Amino acid sequence: MNRRDILRRTATAGLLATPAAGLLAGCATGGGGDEGDGGTYQGTKTEQNPLGVKEDAPLEVVIFNGGFGEEYAKAHEAMYTEKYPKSTIKHSATQEINKTLQPRFVDGTPPDVVNNSGAGQIDFNGLVSQNAIADLGELLNAPSLDVPGKTVKDTLLPGAVEVGSYDGRFLVLNYTYTAYGIWHSTKLFADRGWQYAKTWDEHIALCKQIKAAGIAPWTYAGKHPRYMSWPLIATAIKFGGPSVASAIDNLEPNAWKSDAMKAAADAWHQIVKDKYILDGSPGLDHVQSQTAWCQGKAAFISCGSWLESEQKKVTPEGFNMTIQPTPSLGSGDKLPFEAIRGTAGEPFMVPAKAKNVAGGLEYFRIMLSKKGAQDFTRKVSSLTVVAGSTEGVELPFGLGTVVKALDASGSTGFNWVYNNYYRKLERELVDAACGEFFSGRIGPAEFLDQCQKGADSIAQDSSIKKYKRAA
Amino acid sequence: MRHGKYPLIVTFLVPPLLLYGIFVISPYLQAFQISTTDWLGYSAEADPVGLANFERLLDDGRVWNALKNNAWLLAVVPVLTIGLGLFFATMLAMGGRKGRAGVTGVRGTSVYRMVYFFPQVLSVVIIALLWREVYHPNSGLLNGALGAVGLPTPTWLGDPRTAFWCVLAVMVWSNVGFYVVLFGAAMSAIPRDIYEAVMLDGASRWTTLRKITIPLLWDTVQVAWIYLAIAALDGFILIQQMTNGGPNFSSDVIGLRMYETAFGSENRFGYASAIGVVLFFLTLSVAVLALRAARRDRIEYS
Repeated sequence: MNRRDILRRTATAGLLATPAAGLLAGCATGGGGDEGDGGTYQGTKTEQNPLGVKEDAPLEVVIFNGGFGEEYAKAHEAMYTEKYPKSTIKHSATQEINKTLQPRFVDGTPPDVVNNSGAGQIDFNGLVSQNAIADLGELLNAPSLDVPGKTVKDTLLPGAVEVGSYDGRFLVLNYTYTAYGIWHSTKLFADRGWQYAKTWDEHIALCKQIKAAGIAPWTYAGKHPRYMSWPLIATAIKFGGPSVASAIDNLEPNAWKSDAMKAAADAWHQIVKDKYILDGSPGLDHVQSQTAWCQGKAAFISCGSWLESEQKKVTPEGFNMTIQPTPSLGSGDKLPFEAIRGTAGEPFMVPAKAKNVAGGLEYFRIMLSKKGAQDFTRKVSSLTVVAGSTEGVELPFGLGTVVKALDASGSTGFNWVYNNYYRKLERELVDAACGEFFSGRIGPAEFLDQCQKGADSIAQDSSIKKYKRAA
Repeated sequence: MRHGKYPLIVTFLVPPLLLYGIFVISPYLQAFQISTTDWLGYSAEADPVGLANFERLLDDGRVWNALKNNAWLLAVVPVLTIGLGLFFATMLAMGGRKGRAGVTGVRGTSVYRMVYFFPQVLSVVIIALLWREVYHPNSGLLNGALGAVGLPTPTWLGDPRTAFWCVLAVMVWSNVGFYVVLFGAAMSAIPRDIYEAVMLDGASRWTTLRKITIPLLWDTVQVAWIYLAIAALDGFILIQQMTNGGPNFSSDVIGLRMYETAFGSENRFGYASAIGVVLFFLTLSVAVLALRAARRDRIEYS
């Protein structure tokens, strides 16, 4: 055998080995499963222990190690062991929730608490349709840990329960409260004497002024253009009312081509047409575009209220970022200018087959106590779904403006959840359409067409479970 | 000594074969089985659906779009990489002949050899990150250079017309070094006297490369061809890190489609396995075809 034979044989071996990396690693579907039917550890329910926690049962918590880190969770765990000293907590944190936990779900031995978040999030549609998540209804009706006379449900901000509900069952606890809006630097605007515009026409006029001053009015994450779908859909909802959102969520025919969506798409097309977007934005990712914005290269950016902590390291001193609602299209808008998209985010769940379901629920009750929530807000500078969790906590500038915006929005606030129901629709399909639209390659009509086609493809796919919500 | 032969063979063969069986063969077989179910990945239940996943695949425009891109990779990456690899290796081994007797490389051969191999030392993820910054539309090296001489500065990865080709270029860039070394090693096995004879006959460098070097390197080129063809059917890491298939699916590849279907925007493991099975047969056929097409008589020197 000479050298060439060896080479050739190596190639043949490579032949067999390389596609192996492609084929999905073996997770036999047949293994395990039925014996771990959830709630192995069950204590007696008392007034002190409304969820029936077995006090010496171990609890396993898996945290998504993302923007919030894991320290806040360790504090919650300490509160749990303080209450149940005989219990031990197994804590772990990962950025790859799905890859870490998938074998354990299949095996029927999932952890008790999972913070299912981040890019490696497990698709909720699949989890719900496989009955893999425990019902949290009992938690809602349990008394709050430190707000006397109120149930846990009474202490939550409006909308917190709806976001985690599938067909009326509350399955997912979304712990943080996030506002989505348009951000600008207070300092930049004060220095230049600019005022945030409340109507679309004024916004366009302001963009013209900003561009004349040598700054790009807008930038966005071209690699994740769905960020721009948020202000566009918000504009439509404010114009046409909350039914615009529920139609989209419920995959109603032509929901994306409603008059309100058309009006909003036409309006937003203006910033593309008039070149009010920073050159090169389509090639930037969210970090690059947000950094360009922090460096004063662009005036506006669309993001959620996590922006301030995400940008902490690169934000100049005194930048003072402020969130604002999307401008109104006109006096005919169904919702006032102040209306802003507020929603619960950062999902937590208790797997249905967890050994210590009661302990998992109790852990949530601790997270949702005033003490637990305030500790979270203090540690990670983010709001929680617990009302009044900011009391006595000094907030950074940007988060302060988020609280103000949410207060002003009050009961006119709105939300949509199609991104939770059908992850692929937002992450892949609407995302791609936004990329084409905001880079100017397609116009408003084609944009809505492409979104509608995406929604239709989900609606027609019988293998995806569908959910409906009331308007 | 003879009586100890079999225990020795068994000791050395059993562990690797066992590992291969558990981690390669068995996942394969399971993938075939899973591809005929509607498994969603987070429970132990999966209903058999026969060939429904494969039927669905036939109508899936995104899968075809991804395959089209893989076909482009298959057509372009091996040709460019092998072409450049051969060119560089020749220059390093016998490029410098001006005014000198004998067969030598260009000046600074050892430095070039090292530099070409750099990308091979970096992990693919690092390469992707590096090039993402090079392609940065506003502060990237590429547009900085283009802007400095007054040329237009495209958005590269942000434009569906260029994104795919940008990644393809990186793929070639990161592969060439290895093949320079591979071809270089093979060339050093070609007897010098052949070259000296050719030089005496007054052949140009191009003729030497075409008539002497390539035919004598044919086996090595063939191996390179197969490796690169398989790599072209993959391309997953670079694409996922640099563009994630975008913009508007313009740089999507089949591996990424499979990943997105299983772990990304959906958790359809049954369907993703079906894509994997198709990819398996594609890879196999491409490799067999490449072997067949490149078959020639072998030349032995000794």
